[in-house]
Amino acid sequence: MNVLECSHVKKSFGELQVLKDISLTVGEGEILSIIGPSGSGKSTMLRCATMLETMDSGQIVYLGKRAAWTGADGTAVYASKKELKEIGSQFGLVFQNFNLFPHFDVWKNITDAPLRVQKRRKEEVFAQAKDLIRKMGLEGKEHAYPCQLSGGQCQRVAIARALALNPKILFFDEPTSALDPELTGEVLKVIKSLADLDIAMVIVTHEMAFARDISDKVIFMADGVIVEEGTPEEVFASGNERTRAFLGKYRDMLSENGE
Amino acid sequence: MGIGQIVGQLAGGMMTSIQIFVVTLVFSLPLGLVVAFGRMSKNPVIQAIVKFYISIMRGTPLMLQLMVVYFGPYYLFRIKIGSGYRLWAAFIGFVINYSAYFAEIYRSGIQSMPAGQYEAAKLLGYSKSQTFFIIILPQVIKRILPSVTNEVITLVKDTSLAFTISVLEMFSIAKALASSQTSMIPFVAAGLFYYIFNLLVAVGMEAIEKKLSYYN
Repeated sequence: MNVLECSHVKKSFGELQVLKDISLTVGEGEILSIIGPSGSGKSTMLRCATMLETMDSGQIVYLGKRAAWTGADGTAVYASKKELKEIGSQFGLVFQNFNLFPHFDVWKNITDAPLRVQKRRKEEVFAQAKDLIRKMGLEGKEHAYPCQLSGGQCQRVAIARALALNPKILFFDEPTSALDPELTGEVLKVIKSLADLDIAMVIVTHEMAFARDISDKVIFMADGVIVEEGTPEEVFASGNERTRAFLGKYRDMLSENGE
Repeated sequence: MGIGQIVGQLAGGMMTSIQIFVVTLVFSLPLGLVVAFGRMSKNPVIQAIVKFYISIMRGTPLMLQLMVVYFGPYYLFRIKIGSGYRLWAAFIGFVINYSAYFAEIYRSGIQSMPAGQYEAAKLLGYSKSQTFFIIILPQVIKRILPSVTNEVITLVKDTSLAFTISVLEMFSIAKALASSQTSMIPFVAAGLFYYIFNLLVAVGMEAIEKKLSYYN
């Protein structure tokens, strides 16, 4: 069963149609990268899929459960609050600017939601949190506050916080855009290490090399539509004019390196 | 009358001043939050009513408001008021006035919170009330503390306005003593009292600010 199925998602802000009929699916454990120029609707798509934004019409299905669909009047209808809460526990989102809770230390940022929202047992949550902190290379930072951490560390805490809820699919909204190249590297390394966890991932990114290396599938979006979709090899070698124009600089760089 | 006696008499008024101060804070701080919610309500009727209430409270003198609360029941409804109502009128007048001011302070703090905090909380599954009380409010309190300190210091001095409805607080007594003794000493003593009271308030609020400075 597909973890996520979005079909015919449309979204406008006033006169501006940001998403013009977007459909995409993500299978279990599959890694999908969405690339494209700024303003192409990538982030809006992510925000619609995670229900931070209300789409105008279309359908969103998580693991066979409908979260939203197009009603008889042609506008989007969302599932009941209770159903959405249940569906919401299937996915997590890592924000571009982390959005950690500044008044919680690292430990509480990671453990509060599993304890308070999911009402899981303390021992189990704590054991998982310890494991996540180790995996994210945050040992010794348990009691640090976000303001005491580097951007890269903050983003790793944000990833741990999302993973602590055991989502089936994790969205990344330009996870490295707020970081310098050095910190970008460490965060990308961490995201790569998640590939073995069997969690599906949807990554909106401008890191082309990263997208090519990590993804099972790449979507190239421009002006609110999916221009191209396929394996990284297919998309990066595409003959499509729009795709070539966008990837041009990146491809020049590759050929200089003899790739 | 010696200084000792003057201070002794003033001490009684001091207790009343402190009483007004404490009662006002205990009720207007939580009430202000409720008013702030009304002010930010999506319901236009509630929002308009609360906006009007705040504008009256901020736009007219507290002294006048105290008089309306005290004399209003008699002039408007011919309800006989006993002298026991004086202090109650002071409590009510101060609480409704300060709630309006605190409401605007809360609102400024709540509206300054970045949307990302709400979004992160939503994604993590927190309910609306959990989001507000666990994620948002603690951060709001830290942000608004300097403005609250200002308001609390003003309150200390404002308690003297209760003299307009003859509540025997510190200032009324100082005034009476000054004229009966033809002496400045009661005024000086009263001034010292307000000053020291506010020093303590400032020290206390600074301690709270320091306690909340573990993050930014």
